[in-house]
Amino acid sequence: MIKLDPKIPAGHISEKWTNHKFNMKLVNPANKRKFDVIVVGTGLAGAGAAATLGELGYKVKAFTYHDSSRRAHSIGAQGGINAAKNYQNDGDSIYRLFYDTIKGGDFRSREANTYRLAEVSNNIIDQCVAQGVPFAREYGGTLANRSFGGAQVSRTFYARGETGQQLLLGAYSSLNRQIKLGNVQMFHRREMLDVVLVDGVAKGITVRNLLTGEIESYGAQAVILATGGYSNVYFLSTSAMLCNATAVWRAHKRGALFANPCFTQIHPTCLPVHGEGQSKLVLMSESLRNDGRIWVPKKAGDNRPPNEIPEDERDYYLERRYPSFGNLAPRDVSSRSAKYVCDEGRGVNGGKAVYLDFADAIKRLGEQTVKEKYGNLFDMYQNIMDENPYKVPMKIYPAPHYTMGGLWVDYNLMSNVPGLFVAGEANYSDHGANRLGASALMQGLADGYFIIPYTIGNYFGSEKPAKPDVNSHEFKESKDEVLENVNKLLSINGKQTVDEIHKKLGHLLIDKVGMSRDEPGLKQVIKDITELRDEFWQDVKVVGKGEDLNQNLERAGRVADFLELGELMAVDALNRDESCGAHFRVGHETKDGEAIRNDEEFAYVAAWEFEKVGKWNLHKENLEFEFVELATRSYK
Amino acid sequence: MGNNNINLTLNIWRQESAEAKGDFEKFKVSVSPDASILEMLDELNNKLEKEGKIPIAFESDCREGICGTCGLVVNGHPHGALPKIATCQLHMRNFKDGETLYIEPFRATAFKIIKDLIVDRSGFDEIQQAGGYISFNTGSAPDANAVPIPKEIASLALDAAECIGCGACVAACKNSSAMLFVAAKVSQFALLPQGQPERYERVQAMIAKMDELGFGSCSNTYACEAECPKGISVKNIARMNRDYIVSKVTKETV
Ligand SMILES: Cc1cc2nc3c(=O)[nH]c(=O)nc-3n(C[C@H](O)[C@H](O)[C@H](O)COP(=O)(O)OP(=O)(O)OC[C@H]3O[C@@H](n4cnc5c(N)ncnc54)[C@H](O)[C@@H]3O)c2cc1C
Repeated sequence: MIKLDPKIPAGHISEKWTNHKFNMKLVNPANKRKFDVIVVGTGLAGAGAAATLGELGYKVKAFTYHDSSRRAHSIGAQGGINAAKNYQNDGDSIYRLFYDTIKGGDFRSREANTYRLAEVSNNIIDQCVAQGVPFAREYGGTLANRSFGGAQVSRTFYARGETGQQLLLGAYSSLNRQIKLGNVQMFHRREMLDVVLVDGVAKGITVRNLLTGEIESYGAQAVILATGGYSNVYFLSTSAMLCNATAVWRAHKRGALFANPCFTQIHPTCLPVHGEGQSKLVLMSESLRNDGRIWVPKKAGDNRPPNEIPEDERDYYLERRYPSFGNLAPRDVSSRSAKYVCDEGRGVNGGKAVYLDFADAIKRLGEQTVKEKYGNLFDMYQNIMDENPYKVPMKIYPAPHYTMGGLWVDYNLMSNVPGLFVAGEANYSDHGANRLGASALMQGLADGYFIIPYTIGNYFGSEKPAKPDVNSHEFKESKDEVLENVNKLLSINGKQTVDEIHKKLGHLLIDKVGMSRDEPGLKQVIKDITELRDEFWQDVKVVGKGEDLNQNLERAGRVADFLELGELMAVDALNRDESCGAHFRVGHETKDGEAIRNDEEFAYVAAWEFEKVGKWNLHKENLEFEFVELATRSYK
Repeated sequence: MGNNNINLTLNIWRQESAEAKGDFEKFKVSVSPDASILEMLDELNNKLEKEGKIPIAFESDCREGICGTCGLVVNGHPHGALPKIATCQLHMRNFKDGETLYIEPFRATAFKIIKDLIVDRSGFDEIQQAGGYISFNTGSAPDANAVPIPKEIASLALDAAECIGCGACVAACKNSSAMLFVAAKVSQFALLPQGQPERYERVQAMIAKMDELGFGSCSNTYACEAECPKGISVKNIARMNRDYIVSKVTKETV
């Protein structure tokens, strides 16, 4: 029987983490090198954790499917990272960042975790500056800030539109230093395909060497998954092409609970779809909403070029409906609003796009200033869309972007499987039903640099886990199962390609488990996904060999897992008969179309236990709000 | 796809493994001008897979020009002939109906071909491990605003730090030199106050590693800057050379 214990420390919310750090067991410096840790993933969370654990003296093995640890998906984050420094003297504080995050998440995250995130946010900025991250600066030499969706203070630190790159290269440099010192052993081009449990405790992983196809075993006294989010379940998303859910999904199938899988964020400012051959959707950083104004024609069927539509025939719908936040309304609100106006036929040329217009900003600030702030985003737009955004308003549309759901973790970021820790976007922890802009980078680095390195020490100090034997039957069985799965995929030899089936899954999900969800649709889509999964296992075609570099096979394994995860997303969305944050259930809205939560029945984390494919058991972690009042979110 | 598709002949480098002998294989495709060149390859691969043929191995990830994973030589130019884009940002509207394209991997002595269009760039990681960092441990940093940094300096450091580690500079250079790549990191840290303590050890260690791995010497042709998707300036090489000389003649030398 699984008992969900969030292990929230006692005390006032502002003291919990300090007390916990004091109460945690320590491992003495000489003993640290006796502990092996496996870190899967070298994004912000993984690279941060691996480097810091190496510095502390643990023996770390880090894994990534990329050819270099610098290429993790975190590299593509554009807009910025939040911290409660209050350098702008505009009334920011740890409490305000905490409050904004919990409110932005529509009161579906754990108070204590979210507070801690805000608390360590300031250390992150110090850390990154010390690593040589060239953040934007003011003329006086101090750090510059901008504001982001869902916040009324300016607390976002940035490096042009390349913040993720600069933060990841910072973490990568710290990781490189530990590799050189011999504290971290780096394994590239390895895909983790299973976690190995010995007597219910995580003791290692099984990976496929992507160059040779060999299946390999690695053991350690703890395993950290920092493997990112699962937006690519929708096929088209803003995630990098290789992002996938296989690591967390295989862990789920070994017993780790999957929490709130239906909480997926559809980002409001992405480029519209150009055609069937499209491979991914490009995000235009939300920071653009600071200066760009979003509008559509007032009349459906108004197909004039944007510059010919007069001011009084435009509907700046976010400014109209949410006067105090305007174009900076949170992501879910903005995305849904865009969907509605397009469903009314008022999108650009009646299609799926709205305008993001910089004409006023250019008038107010001058083209040069706009260029300084957003130059590379404008260049990127022009490159892809073949239109000059300084002259013609940008066209944007919402796209799947971030997944708040993930493996369930306690306050120590450990899953319900002892020894299995989960960091960054891969866990469900801090963002509730909706994540605010510039908070994912913050969370990845908080988990990696400042939380897991402590809590893992506590695990080692109190549990004293033994070193595993990678020749034991548990490791062998895992290897056999992985190999069997590989061979099964290669033997089907059907008619449809992996991408064809993945696209079908994507269409089903975006339609029924996207920006708005309803009961009949969810019931239908569960059936459809089950059928599609059967189709996959009977009719997919995977070419080539297992003992070779085989990208077709890699993708097939990931899509097989998406076909199971997709169903769980729908199951979770069906169970959650309320609207909250990014999860919008038709029928639970005000007459203005605002989400209505049901705190009586649904103020819990839905943590799903895998029984067999297509069958899960629900466990609930009730959310207690001791320090904030459950309020109706209003961005009016 | 739409009827404004363009028809192209592709000559794509196929090579089964590092040891195997490679050659061009010819394909005819019809592609939407809005597709990127990698989306064109996706479609081609999808077709090959459907026919039970082995798809073309190539790497890519973010498809926004920032991860540095993709890298093809298109008609003789790393990342194609257009300036300041990565391969994933090369759209087919830049080609004319009926054109013939040659698509090859990034070739260099230090970049072994793994399969088809995939090369081994792990040397870049090794160079970074030799000294591309500032030595301090998590948790020991002073307040971020404790050391002011002039706006222009931070901006110059970011110009250098934008390097995506794709290897186009090496592929573009007739000597397969990695000078631009190394100089970008050395410069970033040499410009910032945080980078000063290890400034001269760093430049020596990174250059020594670069030489050891078989990257050639600078050809002074600036082909690297011309092909760099981020437009990293060769001024960084000058900055690095200056530091290298200083490191050899001053006491800071280790
Ligand atoms: C276009 C875009 C822009 C964004 N902009 C912002 C922003 O401005 N601010 C912000 O706060 N957030 C932003 N985000 C979100 C943010 O970038 C991510 O949430 C965050 O970077 C995730 O970091 P991570 O370390 O958890 O995972 P990732 O960076 O996704 O890293 C995952 C790692 O796990 C490895 N991995 C995964 N599975 C396996 C496996 N099976 N075997 C081996 N290795 C594996 C990968 O190789 C990779 O190294 C943006 C996201 C996108 C898509």
